[in-house]
Amino acid sequence: MSDALIAETITITGHEGHEIEAYLARPLGRESFGGVVVIHHMPGYDGGTKEIARRFAAHGYAALMPNLYHRDAPGASPDDAAATARAKGGVPDERLVGDVAGAAAHLRALDGSNGKVGVIGYCSGGRQSFLAACSMQLDAAVDCYGAFVVGNPPEGMPLKVGPIAHLAPSLSCPLLGLFGADDQYPSPEQVDELDKILTEAGKEHEFHSYKGAGHAFFSVDRPAYRVEAANDGWQKIWDFFGRHLASAGG
Amino acid sequence: MCTYMTEKIEVAGSGKGAAGWFTLTDATVYLDHPVHAPAEHTLNIDFLNPANGPSARVAVELTAESARALARAIETTLASAPPGLV
Repeated sequence: MSDALIAETITITGHEGHEIEAYLARPLGRESFGGVVVIHHMPGYDGGTKEIARRFAAHGYAALMPNLYHRDAPGASPDDAAATARAKGGVPDERLVGDVAGAAAHLRALDGSNGKVGVIGYCSGGRQSFLAACSMQLDAAVDCYGAFVVGNPPEGMPLKVGPIAHLAPSLSCPLLGLFGADDQYPSPEQVDELDKILTEAGKEHEFHSYKGAGHAFFSVDRPAYRVEAANDGWQKIWDFFGRHLASAGG
Repeated sequence: MCTYMTEKIEVAGSGKGAAGWFTLTDATVYLDHPVHAPAEHTLNIDFLNPANGPSARVAVELTAESARALARAIETTLASAPPGLV
């Protein structure tokens, strides 16, 4: 199968009808394909996450990454935008849901879409992936080491987000969770608790925790990168999305 | 972990950013993932002028040890200044 793709910056309609910047990478030469909304990590709409979007396109998925900080710093470089957004306390949950919904709708409307859309997020995006999957109809969701799905931020931390595990009964699709056993946020105990909550809610999910890996083990340009965990994690993602998003024969 | 832990202060002075010198009005100090430094978490300082937009920023990402050394150096320098200068 060809790995040809095209990637470009586009404008999509996000929360409350606002137009925001987004990065779209889609496969070439395929009659039909599934879609993936890529939720960037806290450092923003950066080169590393765009590379992840292109990787999905090379594997036959249309990947769309909304710039979650677009409203906070339109046109700014990713690091400056991230600094501005974090100074405001991060992305409000309601806005995140609206932006992911807009991205999912855009993917479904692409010529060649098979109608299936999943979501994947890293770091703060891991929690946001879970949030999105509990807030709208999707076909698959991946949470990569998202903190505060379970558990409150430590006391005194001015984090404008809270735990969202109570949304589990609303989870609309199968969930793949990829975690580092050495991570503290989320801790292995918090991962176990979420696993239990999802099991009790009767929600299809599979969690994998990697020994010797901590937070952000997928980040190839950071010391946290762990090649064994990342390689196996990617394989788990291809298998998971292959079952839930791919077109027949695609 | 994305801490968002932030101390904000008002400052008076100038900084040199990507587009040259500009007047500083604010600074934020936070512990979080760095953009560039080879560490999982760093003590980051942004010197800012929000009225001039997000790019009016001078950023540093320091290891905790470096940040403490910097804080000590600042205090030491100010404390040893001749009377009347500060």
